[in-house]
Amino acid sequence: MNAFLAIIGRDLRLATRAGGDALTLVLFFVMVGAVVPFAIGPDRVLLAQLAPGIIWIAAFLSMLLGLDRLFRADEDDGSLLLLRHAAIPLEAVVAAKLIAHWLLSALPLLVASPLLAVLLSMEAGAWGKTVLALLIGTPALTAFGVIGAAVTVSLKRGGLLAPVLILPLSIPVLIFGVAMVSAPEGSSAASLFLAAVSLVCVAFCPFAAALALRVGSE
Amino acid sequence: MNAPEALLTVTDLALSRGERQLFSGLGFAVSAGELLLIRGPNGAGKSSLLLTLAGILRLDRGTIGWAGGDERAPLHLLGHLSGIKPRLTLSENLVFWRAVNGPTGLAPEAALDATGLGGLGVIEAGHLSAGQTRRLALARLLVTERTIWLLDEPTASLDTAGDALVGRMIENHLQSGGAVVAATHSDLAVAGAARTLTLGGAR
Repeated sequence: MNAFLAIIGRDLRLATRAGGDALTLVLFFVMVGAVVPFAIGPDRVLLAQLAPGIIWIAAFLSMLLGLDRLFRADEDDGSLLLLRHAAIPLEAVVAAKLIAHWLLSALPLLVASPLLAVLLSMEAGAWGKTVLALLIGTPALTAFGVIGAAVTVSLKRGGLLAPVLILPLSIPVLIFGVAMVSAPEGSSAASLFLAAVSLVCVAFCPFAAALALRVGSE
Repeated sequence: MNAPEALLTVTDLALSRGERQLFSGLGFAVSAGELLLIRGPNGAGKSSLLLTLAGILRLDRGTIGWAGGDERAPLHLLGHLSGIKPRLTLSENLVFWRAVNGPTGLAPEAALDATGLGGLGVIEAGHLSAGQTRRLALARLLVTERTIWLLDEPTASLDTAGDALVGRMIENHLQSGGAVVAATHSDLAVAGAARTLTLGGAR
């Protein structure tokens, strides 16, 4: 358990120390959301209607942006090879990195989402639903991202490949995520589906990603 | 240290990278307290052999057996890459590896002292010279006890004092019942006999 926490702690420390990598993601998230009104026009009703989708797309894009740093740095300095001989199996190492990555790439977006809600003239109720949907759905996006990053880490210039690989996989998350926000009061089918997708992805991700890392270094 | 038990037994090992076969029919055993030097020209497969022993590269043929029949061997790998985060301090780097690999060895401060980096614990590792980075990588071997050390050019970019340090570390490790497999071009400053395995050409 110590080894598990040490990996999470190190990733968090590195991200906060490297000069605000996490902050850059948040800025990107807010700016994507802020640019959309310029493209759509100043129609407040239309904007409020589109806002949940815009927030999802912005969150999705900014999570893709941080993907490459997941394993790349560890691969470049040799840590990833050494972690193969850690006291915990590689699957647990990947799980630790999954949690750290969610804390670094999804949690800041949830914190910054009120700002976007104001910019898009969302109502408080719709914002609350969107945050809840993001909270349930982002673990699945993170899990897809971890798998994509693990598959592409052995490619020297695979930085752009991982997002392309996982984009199609993430469509169900987007569908149910937005459906959860627009669903009428009391209907929980979309949120249950979203939770199921998240749980399954997070449970399988460490095994798939660890396998990809093992095969990749051969 | 009576009956020397083979910690590592390799039989009929064949390995190729790309289309090229590096070696085949390789067999050796390493017992407790033994140092095996792997020599050979550049590209002979020294590093690849170490990575294969570490279970990272897939072998074409043959078996690698560890004492006790364990699948995951208790080993330390010291490769070309240091596994050190430049943005963390020296102490933080060692504390991390100690937590990840198991806190069975020296305390981080003691390991820094032992590798001649005493007093530098609060500095970011990115400020270190190449030789100091190598020393920090060596200190990682000391914070967790592992029976087998796989060292790839352990004296690379070290000064003469560093060479002596590597020699001392290896001697201590051998005396405490460990085993070392080292790929090297230069002679290691280790007292006592070492077996040599030469790759490439000499087969």
